[in-house]
Amino acid sequence: MRADTAAGALPLSGRRRKAGPRVRLMPQLTGWGFVGPATLVIVGLSIFPAVWALILSLRDDNLLAPGTFVGLQNYRDLLDDPDLMAATGHTLLYSVLFVPGSLLIGLPIALALNRPLRFRAFYRTCLFVPYVVSAAATGILANFVLDPQFGIVNDLLAGLGVARQGFLQDPSQALLTLVVVSLWGSVGLPIVVYLAALQDIPRELIEAARVDGAGPLRVFRAVTLPQLRPATVFLVIWQTIDALQLFDLVYTTTKGQPLDSTTVIVFYLYQQAFKLFHAGYGAAVAYALFVVTLLVSGLALWYARRGEAAA
Amino acid sequence: MRRQWPYHLVLLPLSLLFAAPLVWMLLTSFMPDAEINSYPPRLWPSHISFDGYIKVLTEDSYPRWFGNTLLVTVVAVVSHLVLCSLAGYGFARFRFRGRGVAFAAIMATVMVPTQVLMIPTFLVFKNLGLIDTLAAAFVPWLATAFGVFLMRQFFLGLPRELEEAARIDGCNRLGVFFRVVLPLARPALATLAVFTFLGAWNDLIWPLIAINSEDTYTLQVGLTTFAGARHTQWSALMAGNVLATFPLIVAFVLAQRHFIATMSFSGLKG
Repeated sequence: MRADTAAGALPLSGRRRKAGPRVRLMPQLTGWGFVGPATLVIVGLSIFPAVWALILSLRDDNLLAPGTFVGLQNYRDLLDDPDLMAATGHTLLYSVLFVPGSLLIGLPIALALNRPLRFRAFYRTCLFVPYVVSAAATGILANFVLDPQFGIVNDLLAGLGVARQGFLQDPSQALLTLVVVSLWGSVGLPIVVYLAALQDIPRELIEAARVDGAGPLRVFRAVTLPQLRPATVFLVIWQTIDALQLFDLVYTTTKGQPLDSTTVIVFYLYQQAFKLFHAGYGAAVAYALFVVTLLVSGLALWYARRGEAAA
Repeated sequence: MRRQWPYHLVLLPLSLLFAAPLVWMLLTSFMPDAEINSYPPRLWPSHISFDGYIKVLTEDSYPRWFGNTLLVTVVAVVSHLVLCSLAGYGFARFRFRGRGVAFAAIMATVMVPTQVLMIPTFLVFKNLGLIDTLAAAFVPWLATAFGVFLMRQFFLGLPRELEEAARIDGCNRLGVFFRVVLPLARPALATLAVFTFLGAWNDLIWPLIAINSEDTYTLQVGLTTFAGARHTQWSALMAGNVLATFPLIVAFVLAQRHFIATMSFSGLKG
């Protein structure tokens, strides 16, 4: 109750100053009592390890035993690590296909779903449900339906007269197959985000454009697309972060194989740190990726701002 | 309402294509292994066989992993609901020293990606003796920045009058929170619960890093390992998958409205 009196006296800041320290302490304690536990858990499990990782990246620690300070050596090693370069290439190729792919599939579906259609809820559910399926279950299912010998997809292809494919077991197809599997599992997000954004577009805008004689394509290009810009920026950033950090699906399907054709950066980092115990080097890889991710997100935001200013 | 068919022509096959793998998963989980591998393929089991389910539930530690994941998820959801709603309310309603810094620090953690945290978190767990315990799987899920943010936004949008009335009636801060505010927050709490359920249930990376012994595996780690060991025993694998996926699909369908609304909300207005 004392806390209440103090909080009630807050607007009268002059009086609050003269009040005794015990009274001033109570609202502080109440506030921290509410936010303290969550703050401690979240910040403690994130900022503290992040700083530790930065320190680790400057050391040659083994995961099991401490090592010595090596300065920027780990970061220099990054540049002459051909395996890391290959992994970076795979991550980039995956991202370049996945990010635009998920938007280009998601937007037309959202446009189609954004009208009073019969079975709309059914369509939306079907298209979104794969999003809740875990990477482990998705991976096992992908290995199953895409199996070169027994998989149903190959059986169906054979029925159509198409040769059987290696999919996840063919070095030249594995990464592309992973993109397709990821799209299956995550296109639900762009659909839902675009649907929500479409519903927020004022009807008058579209009506006005129509009255001015714009056809459906023109309305889409001149009204709908610009209005969807914030959603697009959000999705580009979100999906890019997701793509650059790809790990779960690789771990549950190919484990980087065949012939290392699907070893992406985070999977490589996982191997370095937890299979080879190179904690310091792994931390350096992680930080390098972190900086790249920040740069990409910053760039996307800057580009969006610039576009808004020009419009 | 006119000219709907072009849309159906695109949406219907696409929806079926998206649903097909999951339907196939369900069908094969009830198929005898011999029929799964037959050529030409059978699309429908000749009879419903529970062999896969029996195998997965009796021959491996699957029930144990299921229990482990259930425990981890329940702890995560309960802890999330309590800690995040308290913190969200604290940030939305109280003025106190360090509030801005604390909130900024929480929001900054969103930027730090998992891969940066993997190695030091492993070391933190090792020093705390959490390696190979279920605590390692749920500690990262006790509270998240997303949860705090979601609840704060919700409470900011809640009118203060009811709380003030309760305060005048002599209810203290905690009493107001539990008796007045939380009952009003049910939609936000439901959304938070579903999101946390989804995240904790599907989490792979933390238990993978921190848990080594089979008895302590979570479902996701167990499934992955199980898949490697039981390659080609497809009915059992698919039965395991169905059991692991079904709770999520049910949770999603039940909470679909809240879920989708919050998803787009957090995406666009966050």
